[in-house]
Amino acid sequence: MPVKALLMSVLLAAALLAAEAQAKLTIEITGGVEGAQPIAVVPFGNVDGAKPDVDIAAVVAADLARSGKFKPMPRREMLMTPHREQDVDMREWQLLAMNSLVVGEVTPRATGGYDIRYALMDVFSGKTLLADTVTSTTKGLRNAAHRIADAIYEDLTGEPGIFATRIAYVTSRGHRGRVALRVADADGFNAQTIVDSAEPILAPAWSPDGRRLAYVSFEGRQSAIYVQDLASGRRERVASYQGINGSPAFSPDGRRLAMSLSKDGNPDVYVLDLSTRQLTRLTDHYAIDTEPAWSPAGDHLVFTSDRGGKPQIYRVAATGGPAQRVTFQGDYNAAASYSPDGRWLVMVTREGGRFRVVMTDAQGGARRWVSNGSLDESPSFAPNGNMIIYATQNNGRGVLAATPLSSGASHRLSRDAGEVREPAWSPLAR
Amino acid sequence: MYPCPRTVAALVLAAAALTGCATQPPPPQPTPPSAAELDAMTQQPEVVAEVPPAPPEPVAPVSPLDDPNSPLYNKVVYFDYDTAEIRPEGVALLRTHAGYIYNTPGVRVTLEGHTDERGTRGYNLALGDRRADAVQRFLVAEGVPADRLARLSYGEERPAEPGSSERAWSLNRRVELVY
Repeated sequence: MPVKALLMSVLLAAALLAAEAQAKLTIEITGGVEGAQPIAVVPFGNVDGAKPDVDIAAVVAADLARSGKFKPMPRREMLMTPHREQDVDMREWQLLAMNSLVVGEVTPRATGGYDIRYALMDVFSGKTLLADTVTSTTKGLRNAAHRIADAIYEDLTGEPGIFATRIAYVTSRGHRGRVALRVADADGFNAQTIVDSAEPILAPAWSPDGRRLAYVSFEGRQSAIYVQDLASGRRERVASYQGINGSPAFSPDGRRLAMSLSKDGNPDVYVLDLSTRQLTRLTDHYAIDTEPAWSPAGDHLVFTSDRGGKPQIYRVAATGGPAQRVTFQGDYNAAASYSPDGRWLVMVTREGGRFRVVMTDAQGGARRWVSNGSLDESPSFAPNGNMIIYATQNNGRGVLAATPLSSGASHRLSRDAGEVREPAWSPLAR
Repeated sequence: MYPCPRTVAALVLAAAALTGCATQPPPPQPTPPSAAELDAMTQQPEVVAEVPPAPPEPVAPVSPLDDPNSPLYNKVVYFDYDTAEIRPEGVALLRTHAGYIYNTPGVRVTLEGHTDERGTRGYNLALGDRRADAVQRFLVAEGVPADRLARLSYGEERPAEPGSSERAWSLNRRVELVY
């Protein structure tokens, strides 16, 4: 069976690339952070001969620093290193002008792996805000640390943390080099190749449960949309029509996939029911209709169309019908997507020959610049709505950048060996 | 008149096979070869000997598609920024190809649409499709049966020329006729 053979060869390629995939997505912070809260994350103690190969406190501190909302205290400035709440002398930390303190210790489990007990304390009142024990396998220590950072972040800010999430992205090596779709932890570690090809791969999109990725691949010199299960590597080709098969986007309930197809002549937005395989045409216009993105409620979609002569953002009900224009400022607005709360849109706009990321309200007004490059693209919100990730150029090379929305000064670039582009942030963990 | 493309293809393939055999480099041997490998090596000349010797001059007529002196050698039409409108110089070239495709039974062509890197990837995928579609409709209007043509947009993913200069951009906004 040729289809099976193709699937096998792709899986094999993925397996062979696993070793090479150790090269991680490194993430840098460029620019300072203003108004960040001081917090001390004391190195965790190791009890009963525990020898974890991950420095839990260091991972937690790095996560909190990357959020732009916290300024973890350098270890060399710590005068004491308590591991339990009862051992904390809070006056010391008050003198060091800390707002919050994190202590913890790691204990081996009889059945393998570790128990990580930690506490978050308020330095001013001396009260324990949060105390919990997280169990982890030996291999899962980084993820356990990210979950601890998520809990601390949520307790202190009231918003969900995104440190245990993942980022999908596309890499390529040189002009017409091999292309790979990869997934890394939100801090750039554990980068894994999902699929690798000599032909282009683009437009990765997460399912709402974070278990599947949809993407466009040109394997065999044909364009097709695939949906791949990340745990098993199994995948399905869900669209391979004549013309384009582009811009897949899962509906918020995960049951449907919006996409742009030109099988009927010109690119229009369609919705595929993933269980019944019924394909519904949502737009029907002789212009380009593409880059659909669902509203968080799933009742409508926004998309890019040049029906007015230039690309602008329009919206259409999930059941179809007339489209309404959303953006009016500028002569190129494209690739819009919603913030998780549905209040904002992020998109690419052209101004003075530069393509930059801009944020507007859901009605297309109240514009706010997010990026400052000249070929910026593929923006999307982090799943807690506090950050926007996008692709930009650094010295002629494609890199990823993330801008926290709370403090505009902080900026992050992430890199790999080759070109990196088309970031897509996973939904919240679990 | 143009020769039958199947004959041309067969002759070109045969020529390629011969050249391939004649110029095949010996395999690298970092370690002493095993007995089996030595057997294989001694058999190699026999394999080559089975192939009839290459003629001194290729007698096969070169396909006009591969002949630098033929107008059909050029298989790329270019576009202005953010448009799928065929330029006047593209019209002349496409008419030549339309005649060739029309007169050459069995020939199938994929029209590969491309854009420059500016703008979003999703929109560029659609724009490349519009360019391929414009060329397809032109060729069909010139009499080419639609079932001999397929279109495939790569958007900005397969630039002909890397870089972010006006020159690179102008070379990348194109439709390639892939026979």
